[in-house]
Amino acid sequence: MSRYLLKRTIMSIITLWTIVTITFFLMHSIPGDPFRKEGKMPVSVYENLLKKYGLDRPLSEQYVIYLKNLLKGDFGDSMKSKVETVNDMIRRGFPVSAYLGLEALLIALVFGPALGALAALYQNKLPDYISMIIAIIGISVPSFIMGTVLIQFVAKNVSWIPIGGWGEFRHTILPAIALSLMPLAYMARLMRSSMLEVLNQDYIKTATSKGISKSAVILKHAVRNAILPIISVLGTLISNLLVGSFVIEKIFGIPGLGKFFVQSINNRDYTLIMGTTIFYAIILIVLLLLVDVAYIFIDPRIKLTKEGR
Amino acid sequence: MKMNRKFLVLASLFIVAAILVTGCVPKGGDTPKNDAPAASDTPTSGTDTPAAGAAKILRTNNGSEPGSLDPALAQGTHESWVLDHTFEGLMKLDENGMVVEGMAKEYKVSDDFLTYTFTLRDDIKWSNGDPVTAHDFEFAWKRALDPDLAADYAFQLYYIKGGEAYNTEEGSLDGVAVKALDDKTLEVTLEAPTGYFLELTAFYTYYPVNKAVVESNPDWAKNAATHISNGPFTLTEWEHDASLKIRKNPNYYDAANVPLDGVDFTIIDDVNTTWQGYEGGEYDFLVDVPQAVTAKLQEEGNPELVIGGMVGTYYYNLNPAIKPLNNVKVRKGLSMTLDRKTIVEKIAQGGEIAAEGVVPFGIFDENGNEYRDGVGQLIEYNVEEGKKLFAEGLEEEGMTPEDFKKIVILYNTLESHKKIAQAAQEMWRVNLGIEVQLENVDFQVKLDREKDGDYHISRGGWIGDYMDPMTFIDLWWSDSSFNDVNYNNPKYDELVYTAKGTADQKIRFEAMRKAEKMLMEDMPVVPVYFYTQPYVQKPYVTGVYKPLVNYPKLTYADINR
Amino acid sequence: MDNNLSSIKDLSPDLFQPALKEDRDSDRIRRPSIKYWPDVWRRLKQNRLAMVGLSIIIIMLFMSIFGPLFNKFSYYEQNYDLINNHPDTVHWFGTDELGRDLFTRVWFGARYSLIIGVLAATIDFIIGVIYGGLSGMATRRIDNIMMRIAEVVYSIPYLLIVILLSVAFSSEGAGTSMFVLILAMTLTDWVPMAILVRGQVLQLKESEYSLAAESLGASKGWILRKHIIPNTMGPILVNITLTIPRAIFAEATLGFLGLGFQAPRSSLGSLANDGLAGIAVGNAYQIIIPALFISLIMFAFNVLGDGLRDALDPRLRK
Repeated sequence: MSRYLLKRTIMSIITLWTIVTITFFLMHSIPGDPFRKEGKMPVSVYENLLKKYGLDRPLSEQYVIYLKNLLKGDFGDSMKSKVETVNDMIRRGFPVSAYLGLEALLIALVFGPALGALAALYQNKLPDYISMIIAIIGISVPSFIMGTVLIQFVAKNVSWIPIGGWGEFRHTILPAIALSLMPLAYMARLMRSSMLEVLNQDYIKTATSKGISKSAVILKHAVRNAILPIISVLGTLISNLLVGSFVIEKIFGIPGLGKFFVQSINNRDYTLIMGTTIFYAIILIVLLLLVDVAYIFIDPRIKLTKEGR
Repeated sequence: MKMNRKFLVLASLFIVAAILVTGCVPKGGDTPKNDAPAASDTPTSGTDTPAAGAAKILRTNNGSEPGSLDPALAQGTHESWVLDHTFEGLMKLDENGMVVEGMAKEYKVSDDFLTYTFTLRDDIKWSNGDPVTAHDFEFAWKRALDPDLAADYAFQLYYIKGGEAYNTEEGSLDGVAVKALDDKTLEVTLEAPTGYFLELTAFYTYYPVNKAVVESNPDWAKNAATHISNGPFTLTEWEHDASLKIRKNPNYYDAANVPLDGVDFTIIDDVNTTWQGYEGGEYDFLVDVPQAVTAKLQEEGNPELVIGGMVGTYYYNLNPAIKPLNNVKVRKGLSMTLDRKTIVEKIAQGGEIAAEGVVPFGIFDENGNEYRDGVGQLIEYNVEEGKKLFAEGLEEEGMTPEDFKKIVILYNTLESHKKIAQAAQEMWRVNLGIEVQLENVDFQVKLDREKDGDYHISRGGWIGDYMDPMTFIDLWWSDSSFNDVNYNNPKYDELVYTAKGTADQKIRFEAMRKAEKMLMEDMPVVPVYFYTQPYVQKPYVTGVYKPLVNYPKLTYADINR
Repeated sequence: MDNNLSSIKDLSPDLFQPALKEDRDSDRIRRPSIKYWPDVWRRLKQNRLAMVGLSIIIIMLFMSIFGPLFNKFSYYEQNYDLINNHPDTVHWFGTDELGRDLFTRVWFGARYSLIIGVLAATIDFIIGVIYGGLSGMATRRIDNIMMRIAEVVYSIPYLLIVILLSVAFSSEGAGTSMFVLILAMTLTDWVPMAILVRGQVLQLKESEYSLAAESLGASKGWILRKHIIPNTMGPILVNITLTIPRAIFAEATLGFLGLGFQAPRSSLGSLANDGLAGIAVGNAYQIIIPALFISLIMFAFNVLGDGLRDALDPRLRK
């Protein structure tokens, strides 16, 4: 296992470097830069700015300088904000987004699989239909509509729930709900589908016929086997939840990391684009590694270390 | 073993849940609170009404996180709105839009209109108690011109002799002709007579900074604790991307006449959310109201809505390198068949004014009268005449209305631009029988394509920097960096030079009037409307005024509950 | 051994009797053999809910083609005297902020949204299943490399790629082709599908039936096609039905960058975007109507997906 982890770590560094390189040259190849804007700014002022941020140097040189700083853990100065460095922005934005993401994940994890399992046990009966309706809403009403609706119909009528902003737990309730609906619905649907699959397997039938109670069978066998697809999607899902959602953070006025992913690109804030991308990539890489490890725990037959047979 | 693992999972879930609910919510900012010099804080959110006698804190929203609260480095309204309340220049704009003395007690202008000598007030202090001196001004202006600081708005100081040379590293720091003769006297010499220089000193790039503070701490403007200012308010709290608080500055010379104890800004950029907050009683005052809401409030005649004035023009660039847009008759035909009244009344719906030229209303001429009245209506809505001209123009170019299927209106992605572009498209379809296409792109992509001339018709807009027609007129001289239609008319350039080179107001304005008429004869751009800035305020808020080139001024606002 | 041989020699013909006709037939399958797909269809037909879903999709398809012809309005015609007109007998779904008929615009938009949703889901499905399947079946080394590539694809900022695409393909004329739009949509969206499929493959290839098939000499590809993929159809179908609404809204988001259809053409996603502003001023119908149709499409695809899943599952065969 430890050899496997070592191998994965080395692979991950190569992966990360690839991502850095591709993103770096990709972002310099799209039109625009951080300093050009509409208006009468003379070329001289523009050139001062390029010089100050080192953008007047050849691209290859900029790339080398960036990599050097990156090795020191320095993401550089934001080209848009003269107040914070990219490290500052990630350091303050990430806990906010991660908090909200975890809250949403918790809601989704508590209700999603349970709803799906219930639907599977009562296939084509009322619980199944209710679960289906919740799932349909979660899937087909995107967060920007859900957020707006929640503000209009919940926040405006419930005095202790604020409309937007950040600071206390009550600020997190609506955005977390809006954020959790999609993963909740997704997990409910996945759980239902895999449960149905598993419930018809021979070993479940055997267990039931041996007289083991239904709930014990479900807990011992069905859930454990049905959870694998959920684990599979959790990797990308959690990484997306942790870094925050642009839409939700915009609608609810949340000072998180999610909005930087879009803002940085709109502003061509090169250092922030790189910083957020690398940060996201690290989270994704770690989570996908955890998913693979989780596979082995859930189903020891799965082999990741040895060459395939 | 297996159950253990499940137990572990459940237990950790519960722990996470417990931390989430009971634990602290991570803060958006990392700025320590500074002891508020005057008023104490009131709760910032919720619908609670402060009891009578409590601190008067106006609650509002600043659309996005300031990129800097250093006057030299600021570059947009989300920065200047805070700066305009925390700093003050030599001159300031009063509620009538007049330029009056601010930090300066009086000023003298030399006979050649090149040298200005300002004398500062006696009773002016920084928020930390230091006196505001002429040296602070000299330091601030030279600092903003420093090429190493690379301030975006350094060019606003190019009017000062030697300023441009220093900023472009062709001249030296000592060559910048601004000098503190003593603590109270500032002398500045200009490159050329500038009729609106006094007004420029009210612009934020001209604000002073505390020399001692800035020299000892280069990061002074990065958080509230070290932020020192000289205006009616001072910054006391800044949680990045979340909120800003400013409190009354007891050291301000006119503090006795500032009714508010402070202003709390949230930083939320979604206008629908902030509007809901306003309706829900979380704000007392709000700029940037959703378009649909403005329309509705206006229809209802709701007194909480104020249509603030603004000097800005919305227009379409017509690329003269593209046939048949090179033909002046075609351009005029397009302009004449655009129903601007319908656009402002039914589509933009923010109290905008149908354009009558490129220079908006609100600017005074040499006699103190409305500049627009001296030029008159230069734009006509006349479908029949427009059709005729358009047909003639097309024929001259040997083209047919069919060819317009390949003509595209380019705009940057924004709901309001999309609506107006669709209306223009439909009006031209109905009136001229042409089917132009629309294309929306990322803002930077649009800039790029305009610079490259890679467009047919593109949306443009300009908000004036100062209250003089020149801020619009010089957009289309051949040297302008914002002349995306590459308008190149030597006669026009000559008029611009004439106006820029003289201090004689009569000659200056005459030249600008002529220039605008010439421009509208050639019609390289099709003006659509003059901008406004709608805002809402609760009935108990009074005393807010709206300088045309600034966001609403809250300095003399009051809350009467 | 010797014993057996000797006993065979001892056999006499009179020990054998001709088999009866009835006994011979006992080996035959009596019921007519039913091919896989007709059987799936037969069982799908028995699922009432799935049939409701199918009917909805057919009706939506019909309306998206012919709906705009039901009244005299076009999707682009503006009437400035009837702005934000609530639904009535003339404008069945009301009008929008430019006075355009929403009934026409909804069906006009449904046409694009359906095509995009289904196409994007199909492509995600194909790429995801092939990539994930291959990765799961391959040697661990290749699997590792393939998954790291997926990580790279998924980490590179999507917006950057899309802006690049929009610039690269924005030749003269407005908007980009459907091809570019679908390309932009499926560029990274297949990754979660691939990860999901790979996970299933990793598990299922160790299952008894895969081992049995392998020991019988079946090739890996055959096992993947015939055993593993059919057994993982459940999660795959869930994922596909999820991709459809995502694609419908992604189209609207990509529209912000100028990809896809240009105004005044409509799609369900862009109608929902535009209609959102109506909530605050009492014109909620502008958002409810497109959202309702998107939900309806989703409902239809989900129940059909469920039905299909049941119908595809041989164990549920009755």
